[in-house]
Amino acid sequence: MPEIKITPLGAGQDVGRSCILLSMGGKNIMLDCGMHMGYNDERRFPDFSYIVPEGPITSQIDCVIISHFHLDHCGALPYMSEMVGYTGPIYMTHPTKAIAPILLEDMRKVAVERKGESNFFTSQMIKDCIKKVTAVTLHQSVMVDNELEIKAYYAGHVLGAAMFWIRVGSQSVVYTGDYNMTPDRHLGAAWIDKCRPDLLISESTYATTIRDSKRCRERDFLKKVHECVEKGGKVLIPVFALGRAQELCILLETYWERMNLKYPVYFALGLTEKANNYYKMFITWTNQKIRKTFVQRNMFDFKHIKPFDKSYIDNPGAMVVFATPGMLHAGLSLNIFKKWAPYEQNMLIMPGFCVQGTVGHKILNGAKKIEFENRQVVEVKMAVEYMSFSAHADAKGIMQLIQYCEPKNVLLVHGEAQKMEFLKDKIEKEFKISCYMPANGETAIINTPTKIPIDVSLRLLKAEAVRYNAQPPDPKRRRVVHGVLCVKDNRLSFLDIDEICDEIGINRHVIRFTSTVRFDDPGSAVKTAEKLKTLLAEKLQGWSITISDGNISVESVLIKVEGDDDNTKSIYVSWTNQDEDLGSYILGLLQSMVQ
Amino acid sequence: MKLYCLSSDASKPCFVLSFKELLIMLDCGLSAHSVLNFLPLPPVPSTRLASLPNYTPPHVNDPLLEGELKECCGRVFVDSIPEFCPPLDKVVDFSQLDVILISNYTCMMALPFITEETGFKGQVYATEPTLQIGRFYLEELSEWVSSCGSSSGAAKRWKELVHLLPPPLALAARPRAWRRLFSAAALARALSRVRVVGYDERVDIYGALDATAVSSGFCLGSANWVLRSAHEKVAYVSGSSTLTTHPRPINQAALRGADLLVLAALTQTPAHNPDHMLGDLCVHATVTLRAGGSVLCPVYPSGVLYDLLECLSAHLEGAGLAHVPLYVVSPVADSSLAYSNILAEWVSVGKQARVYLPEEPFPHAALVRAGRLKHARSLHDDAFSADFRQPCVVFCGHPSLRFGAAVHLVELWANNPAHAIIFTEPDFPYAEALAPFQPLSMKAFHCPIDTSLNYSQANKLVRELRPRELALPEQYAGGGARPHISADAPTVVVRRGAARSLSVRRRAARATLCGALAARATPRELRAGLRAAPLSAALRVRDARLELVAPPGPAPAPAPRLHWNALDVEALVRALTREGVTEARVEASADGCIVHLPRHDTLVHVERHATHVFCEGRADVRQALRRAIASCLPHI
Ligand SMILES: [Zn+2]
Repeated sequence: MPEIKITPLGAGQDVGRSCILLSMGGKNIMLDCGMHMGYNDERRFPDFSYIVPEGPITSQIDCVIISHFHLDHCGALPYMSEMVGYTGPIYMTHPTKAIAPILLEDMRKVAVERKGESNFFTSQMIKDCIKKVTAVTLHQSVMVDNELEIKAYYAGHVLGAAMFWIRVGSQSVVYTGDYNMTPDRHLGAAWIDKCRPDLLISESTYATTIRDSKRCRERDFLKKVHECVEKGGKVLIPVFALGRAQELCILLETYWERMNLKYPVYFALGLTEKANNYYKMFITWTNQKIRKTFVQRNMFDFKHIKPFDKSYIDNPGAMVVFATPGMLHAGLSLNIFKKWAPYEQNMLIMPGFCVQGTVGHKILNGAKKIEFENRQVVEVKMAVEYMSFSAHADAKGIMQLIQYCEPKNVLLVHGEAQKMEFLKDKIEKEFKISCYMPANGETAIINTPTKIPIDVSLRLLKAEAVRYNAQPPDPKRRRVVHGVLCVKDNRLSFLDIDEICDEIGINRHVIRFTSTVRFDDPGSAVKTAEKLKTLLAEKLQGWSITISDGNISVESVLIKVEGDDDNTKSIYVSWTNQDEDLGSYILGLLQSMVQ
Repeated sequence: MKLYCLSSDASKPCFVLSFKELLIMLDCGLSAHSVLNFLPLPPVPSTRLASLPNYTPPHVNDPLLEGELKECCGRVFVDSIPEFCPPLDKVVDFSQLDVILISNYTCMMALPFITEETGFKGQVYATEPTLQIGRFYLEELSEWVSSCGSSSGAAKRWKELVHLLPPPLALAARPRAWRRLFSAAALARALSRVRVVGYDERVDIYGALDATAVSSGFCLGSANWVLRSAHEKVAYVSGSSTLTTHPRPINQAALRGADLLVLAALTQTPAHNPDHMLGDLCVHATVTLRAGGSVLCPVYPSGVLYDLLECLSAHLEGAGLAHVPLYVVSPVADSSLAYSNILAEWVSVGKQARVYLPEEPFPHAALVRAGRLKHARSLHDDAFSADFRQPCVVFCGHPSLRFGAAVHLVELWANNPAHAIIFTEPDFPYAEALAPFQPLSMKAFHCPIDTSLNYSQANKLVRELRPRELALPEQYAGGGARPHISADAPTVVVRRGAARSLSVRRRAARATLCGALAARATPRELRAGLRAAPLSAALRVRDARLELVAPPGPAPAPAPRLHWNALDVEALVRALTREGVTEARVEASADGCIVHLPRHDTLVHVERHATHVFCEGRADVRQALRRAIASCLPHI
């Protein structure tokens, strides 16, 4: 039986460094190539030596697919293409191709210039890497080679995020990347058709959460921010430059406008304008409402939100600041945090998930003191709020997606083991399909049914359709076709007997059997035939029985009644050799009926 | 497979293909040539046009004709709401159409005629830019035609008397088939049916075949369609360009090796090189502006307009005329200009690279920001009239000069030789367009820009694509010295109203064979390179896809299904003896011989290609006979 093999190099029972190897039909595909934000050493990147301990990696991987621009999904790509030496094809959507290099460069600067790391990829390497990327559009069917086909579906989550359907021969897999099943203020909901893959590889960040309604969360968020600034507090919201930041900005902007608030709101990114420009250019990737109104009013031109300057950190009074990066692991958001954390009136709102090892993660776990590398200790007295604004599907959304695409197996990644276990149980119970959750470095093997493409003769099909349609509709009736399987030039076809004779160049020899049953039944032969037909129809339910001119046909077995009106009738039963089973059965039936 | 042609205008095509029991409409172009026979509808009342004399043909006294015809500039025009020539509706019942595939926004203007109030129940597919820009074209047209002079009813009587009228009206093609434009509501309903597809997206058509839109290089979102089943491939090439302009380049590879290639919408101005025309336009505009005159370009609200803005603004800047304002006047100007800049995924690689910066792919957004380019919904838009400065360049519709802002501007500027009108759209002969405005003092230039394939490009393309069969509208088939399409492949020529059978024939359907069933068959080699085995398969149809699976129950014992060659009777008798059936008596008959088995009440008639056993004996005798006969014949 053909197999599909999956080995996570990252994101196996873990959140933070998506990189999954998929093998099927002799093809090896890498799904995402992310880096782990919680590490500063070699654990940051996936262990490519797993694929090939030594020597070139290109021959081992047929293509790399990147689902979206988050660094835990694409952060190791320049490392792989420029330092490990992968030269094969790389696929991502247009917005991802536009935005990923900016985030990569941002991260590189933090790592190299602030932390002084060496052995990191350079700016030029990022550029060279992105040049090798093939951009794809939604639903475009891309043939990577003659056998490997991929297709992107809308995933919500962030601008340009995509799920990928991957097919080799008759085997297919859907990889979700990160996705969101509910539309938000700037993006639509993930969508996929009923593609019935053999395997669905789904993220499971919020495997056990059923999140309260989006509206409630938004109201909660606005209330908390408002209360804090009213008391003169400062609100820090660590975000990634693109994604949640835009959604929260739209939210605050409309609230400030409605409530006529004057507290300053800052967006602390060199990227602000640029980031928003990407949203303008790729407005076709945002939600319906923004697309419809963009000609009149562009949602990404903010009135109340101004760019932030570092000198504002020590300004007195209330303010709201969006700062990068989102997990407080480095950069400006961390600097602001260090300054504001010791004061009770301030507030930190974490709008997304933080991976293990980051400052964000520690604080969310209740740490009241954070120690930094230079032995600096920061006391956390500010209020800490976690609000799940990351656009990941929750348990309900994941179940929904399974329902939409009807996979034959599910494999969970990008989540925590315990929570996955719970969801796995739920999936197996509810959908009666197998669910897998391999750890990093572990391989899951999924067996798929063999399906061989075959050409079926239209004559054969039409003959079957005529027989089938001659009978009253019954969805349970078997539709069986008898023919000859023919293998030529490695191609299969299913032909009727005349076609195969033509194909080989032979003369068929037909063998026919006829037997007689004598039946004492006064009256006309036609009447006897009618009687027999009724009797046969009772005994042979599900078979096609027709009568014309006193000749009965049961499928291809012929029954003919002869004899004078007053005399014994002769019933001839005739069938060809291949109908022996049915012919002899009918003969037996008739013999027992006349006795 | 059959192909019906419903349009007489090869550049506004409409075909219907019957394929695998489906009726597939390819494009639904609207021929607008008919509007040239009507008087212009000025957006602002014109005393000149309002005071034209009635026309009555000589020796005709028909009160019904009263006021339907007017004489203007020595020609006769119909004074009525202009009418269009939609695709023929008598050959194909539109309620039976399964699918409409649209190649680009210039070939979909008749959509409401097909889908509304016809009982149409099918699907319509187009790319996103085709839908959006098509919407701009249609909404602009609908607004102009409906907003002007709706008071006058539709003139009908003249159509009965066409033969009595002077040319060119007498030569008008099928005026009785002309129709008034659909309502705005019908238009909105028709557009709401369109399902959006991306390039290279395989659209499943009722499980019977896949339809794929592939880039055609002609305009934003323009597509050729590839229809594919497991065994047949049809390519529909309509409005394609091999030139490098702003859209994504043509995808030729996807069109190769089709069983049938349908070719439509080649260039309408084969004698004019679009690049040269663009250059000429810039020169004419510069000369006119330098002399203090203004320039009018009657254009559609999208498409070549983007190239004109880009080229002309750069040229004027180089000529020191950067201060000259450019105006775009259209009810959809703002949407069209804004929309073009969010189509990053549909533009050429060069334009795409700008998006990655991120900058708009087209420079007109920057021109608007700099105040050089202004757009207005109409001429009497306050913002526009307050700001209007001359000399200037105005881009507005309609290219036929029968309705829209352009009518008013021509009326206004016609007497001033300093001004110029430059025709760029290829849909209408410019002299005809200008006929009701004669005598004209303003300069008129003809710089048609049609980037669609010309004949030599199309011939080259057909040679490279190597279709097995080619279908063409009659206009492209040539005759005499006219340029035409000639191909090595058999060529089918179609004309309006005709249906032609094509040679593509289906023999097989694609299915999948499940592994368990495949394992039951043990194919034997019957000749070199060919193996075969009898097989009984349960047929499963899901989403119109065929699967052959193992019938339920245990696998049956392999039974021979096919015997061949002639039966050797002596061998049969020996085989029967081995089976214990003895005392066979052989006797010759007319067609072969008869084997008598008197002890078993059985006769065997043996002919060259058939053996018939009349067996009145026990079932085990019949089984013995089966085995004996089978052993004497090759079989599977
Ligand atoms: Zn993500």
